[in-house]
Amino acid sequence: MSSTYWSWERFFDALPFVLQGLGMTVGLTITCYLFALLFGFVWTFLRRIPNKAFHWIVTWVMEFIRSTPPLVQLFFIYYAWPMIPGIGVTLGPFTSAVLGLGIHFSTYIGEIYRSGIESVDKGQLEASKALNFSTFDKWRKIILPQALPPTIPMLGNYFIIMFKEVPLASTIGVAGILLMANTYGAQNWAYLEPLTIVGMIFLALSYPSAVLIKKLEVKMNTRFDKKATVEKAKKGAVM
Amino acid sequence: MITINAILDIFPQLMRGLGVTVTVLLASAVLAYLMAFIAGLCRLSQNVIIRKFTGFYVEVFRGTSLIVQLFWLYYAIPMLFGIQLGSNWWTGVIAIGLNYGAYLSEVVRGSILSVAKGQTEAAVALNMSRFQRMRLIIFPQAVRMMLPEFGNYTIQMLKGTSLVSLIGMTDVLYYGDIMRSTNLAQAPLIYLLVLVFYFILALPLIWLTRKGESISKKGVASG
Repeated sequence: MSSTYWSWERFFDALPFVLQGLGMTVGLTITCYLFALLFGFVWTFLRRIPNKAFHWIVTWVMEFIRSTPPLVQLFFIYYAWPMIPGIGVTLGPFTSAVLGLGIHFSTYIGEIYRSGIESVDKGQLEASKALNFSTFDKWRKIILPQALPPTIPMLGNYFIIMFKEVPLASTIGVAGILLMANTYGAQNWAYLEPLTIVGMIFLALSYPSAVLIKKLEVKMNTRFDKKATVEKAKKGAVM
Repeated sequence: MITINAILDIFPQLMRGLGVTVTVLLASAVLAYLMAFIAGLCRLSQNVIIRKFTGFYVEVFRGTSLIVQLFWLYYAIPMLFGIQLGSNWWTGVIAIGLNYGAYLSEVVRGSILSVAKGQTEAAVALNMSRFQRMRLIIFPQAVRMMLPEFGNYTIQMLKGTSLVSLIGMTDVLYYGDIMRSTNLAQAPLIYLLVLVFYFILALPLIWLTRKGESISKKGVASG
């Protein structure tokens, strides 16, 4: 079946085939994302350990993970990890992808948590100390409830970014929509329609999510606008 | 297992891919910056058609992933139009350049919009033309704000160049893969060195980004 130019017949032939991978793509996105959300806390925690050398090491490890290609990190976990003597175990494509992409994006998520925590007013910390809160209560009842909600739009953005990075996992054999499209292409020597379908699926899912998050951001900004509250407080004081 | 000898074996092999990785990065960065300013300014245009058209470009490239775009340009374009995009090198450069150009155009647009309104008003009061206002007043202030994001996205582009190995370009990752396929037991060291290789390339970009951050903050009143 040699093929140039667009064919609707082939489009509708490829559509169900490619869609078989959609569950995997979405499932992998969600799993990777949840893993990154959890692992982000590990970075935030490690960076708060008050030891200068340790802090420096953690910062550079994060920088290293963040500025090297996730594709190579995937290959490392999938191909290289089993070969490491002692700790090496063979991981399936799905688990490798969750670890690879999850750890890669957790370094970004960790930074977001940090910015959220730093934006909490110092007085809150002092007040909780004055009220004799335990460390656990201080974090659970005072800091995190204030630090996390304003970061929700930023975290939401990373969900979309994660969704768009997940097709990288097709290179290690995760049967998402991109791998299905490539398989269809190789079998029928027709890449145009299946790859276009993949693009359309991504657009159809990521564009509305982006609009939704934009709306959320506007809402959150008005709710958590620190400057506005401070200004209001000042005005109140003057009056 | 990690011996100096093995490292000395592997590193020169990876060096063979340096040329492709660096040239793809430089060319796609130039293309991305160019697209960023063209698309960013076009989206601020008063002409509805220009604005909608660039909006379409930006949303399509931001809404799909780089790897999908790369494959699409590589496999689908020849089938659709019966033409090749020059070489694989060009396919990679065009995919990365257009993709990050779309992201960066939003940075350009956002920075221009965030220049204080009083600046425009003052320029109008000084009887400057629209073009003069942009060139002399708005743009110089906006560019400084863009610097950190341009740095960040250039690091993203460096990471993106690793994808060109998937369309048969002989970049750093490609040589790493070749070595791994002939020596499976060395895989950990090989990929670790590939990562280190990319990190070394990223270091100057990280430094430039931090530099850009300090420049963009200089002389700007906070809040």
